[in-house]
Amino acid sequence: MTDMSIAPILMQGNEAVAEGAIAAGARFFAGYPITPSTEIAETLARRMPEVGGSFIQMEDEIASISAVCGASLAGLKALTATSGPGFSLMQEMIGFAEMAQIPCVIVDVMRGGPSTGLPTEPSQGDVMQARWGTHGEHSVIALVPSSVEECFTLTIEAFNLSEQYRTPVIVLSDALIGHMREAVTLPEPGSLRIAERGTPDCAPEEYDTVMSDLDNILPRPPLGSPFRVHVTGLVYNRRSGAPETGDPQVAGDLGRYLREKIYHHRDSIARVEEYEMKDAEVAIFAYGSVARSAKAVVKWARARGVPVGLVRPITLWPFPTLAVDRMAEQVRTVIVPEMNLKQMSWEVQAAVSGRTKVVDFGRVDGKLITPAQIEELVKAEFYYHDWGKS
Amino acid sequence: MAETNGGASRLEIRFSGSGGQGILLAAAIVAEAATALGKNVVQTQSYGPAARGGASKAEAIIADEEIDYPEVDTPDVSLCLSQEAYEKYARDTRSGGLLVYDSGLVEPDDSLQGRDLRGIPFTRAAAEHLKKTVVANIVAVGALVEITGMVPAEAAEAAVVSRVPERFRELNVEAFRLGRRLAAEA
Repeated sequence: MTDMSIAPILMQGNEAVAEGAIAAGARFFAGYPITPSTEIAETLARRMPEVGGSFIQMEDEIASISAVCGASLAGLKALTATSGPGFSLMQEMIGFAEMAQIPCVIVDVMRGGPSTGLPTEPSQGDVMQARWGTHGEHSVIALVPSSVEECFTLTIEAFNLSEQYRTPVIVLSDALIGHMREAVTLPEPGSLRIAERGTPDCAPEEYDTVMSDLDNILPRPPLGSPFRVHVTGLVYNRRSGAPETGDPQVAGDLGRYLREKIYHHRDSIARVEEYEMKDAEVAIFAYGSVARSAKAVVKWARARGVPVGLVRPITLWPFPTLAVDRMAEQVRTVIVPEMNLKQMSWEVQAAVSGRTKVVDFGRVDGKLITPAQIEELVKAEFYYHDWGKS
Repeated sequence: MAETNGGASRLEIRFSGSGGQGILLAAAIVAEAATALGKNVVQTQSYGPAARGGASKAEAIIADEEIDYPEVDTPDVSLCLSQEAYEKYARDTRSGGLLVYDSGLVEPDDSLQGRDLRGIPFTRAAAEHLKKTVVANIVAVGALVEITGMVPAEAAEAAVVSRVPERFRELNVEAFRLGRRLAAEA
């Protein structure tokens, strides 16, 4: 992906999200500044006008996500960026976007919570909120970058998935990744795969007679186009789009469709990085910034001949079931370090379903879990190894 | 570089001071200079909710190999521009490492034996030579680069130029060069 002809540049995670959004074709941002996400808004306030897009600072986060939904319905790729307190405020409209199938991207740069919490310190406390924050049965896609380069590439991926599946997609960054600068070589614009919205493959007057199915999700035509569209938060008839709350058949069909739209495709959506897993007896399951400490530990263990590997979900939701199944069949222990208290660890435990032991380690003091802390857990699993002075 | 980190291909630098002193900018300048050399670079920061005051730190790691764990726990090189930052962070400096401090603002104690201590009055020098204390951070960057050779001076000066607003460029380049001179004379 990297091109040697392009010089590396020093870029911040939040800046990379903003540049990723521009590269993905986003032309609308609405947001309300909040640490540690503010640089995304700051960068896009400058960049959006340069590419003919719009930047609006709204009065709060509810208005921000509402404006984003509106812009997307009007045909633009749109995003907002926030942190925990703002993400909480956005939940109702995220549900609306799920229900009305509005493609958009929400970037949550996680900080310590709940409430105002630790505004400048990282956390992974919002991973379950990303999954279940809005009410009702729904599916969700959430991506977790663990480097500045991934802030760029996964923001593009978020837009692609949101267009492909007509759904809001959440990027779960954190205060450490968002504020970190790294030397990066960004891919050339021409080398990127960008999913465009497109128009339905039928005549406008036929639009309410055709219906998306799981393998052919019709694009959403923009408001104001010849296609007649109905947008509602009520349960609606999937064919006409019109509200229809009196028919259990219609309600059940929509409810199952909204879930299956993502679940049916979860193996192609879910991405993981498997590092040194080939002969691993113990796996570390870690995501986002913590995965960096975990990778350092795998290198440390391997240098001592100890078979430890890393499974790093890049897609947190849908949960990467296939990779976790493989891991459960292979290793005797999975170590799950995370900057919360057991949120994904429960999910891993449910998925491995007793096939392997799960050891969790949590930290909620705003500090990154260190390699030394994970090394202690690895040592306990290989107590018979001669660790010597190391 | 080899002198300050025992020859390892990974150098960890911590910049510390109080909020508003431009600690983060100093770290970003060094990180950007190292980026231009094609090194692997990670730069992080830690500060409280207030924009001014309080101990603040920023860190840079420059390495040939991939940088996984992005934080600095025992820096090879530390810069301290305030007494509070000195008391909070200086002791983490690796034994045998280098500690550079503003000798007009920091009173070192005897808890830092085994480190190479260099005191230079960055803020006073900025006031005397440039009539602007606000560029003390850049004076310090010039001195750090001169003392350690962590990045070539030309690359660091180019990073100063690219990281500061155009109307302050000349002042900051002068500050950078002043820092190099002070370190060379010290």
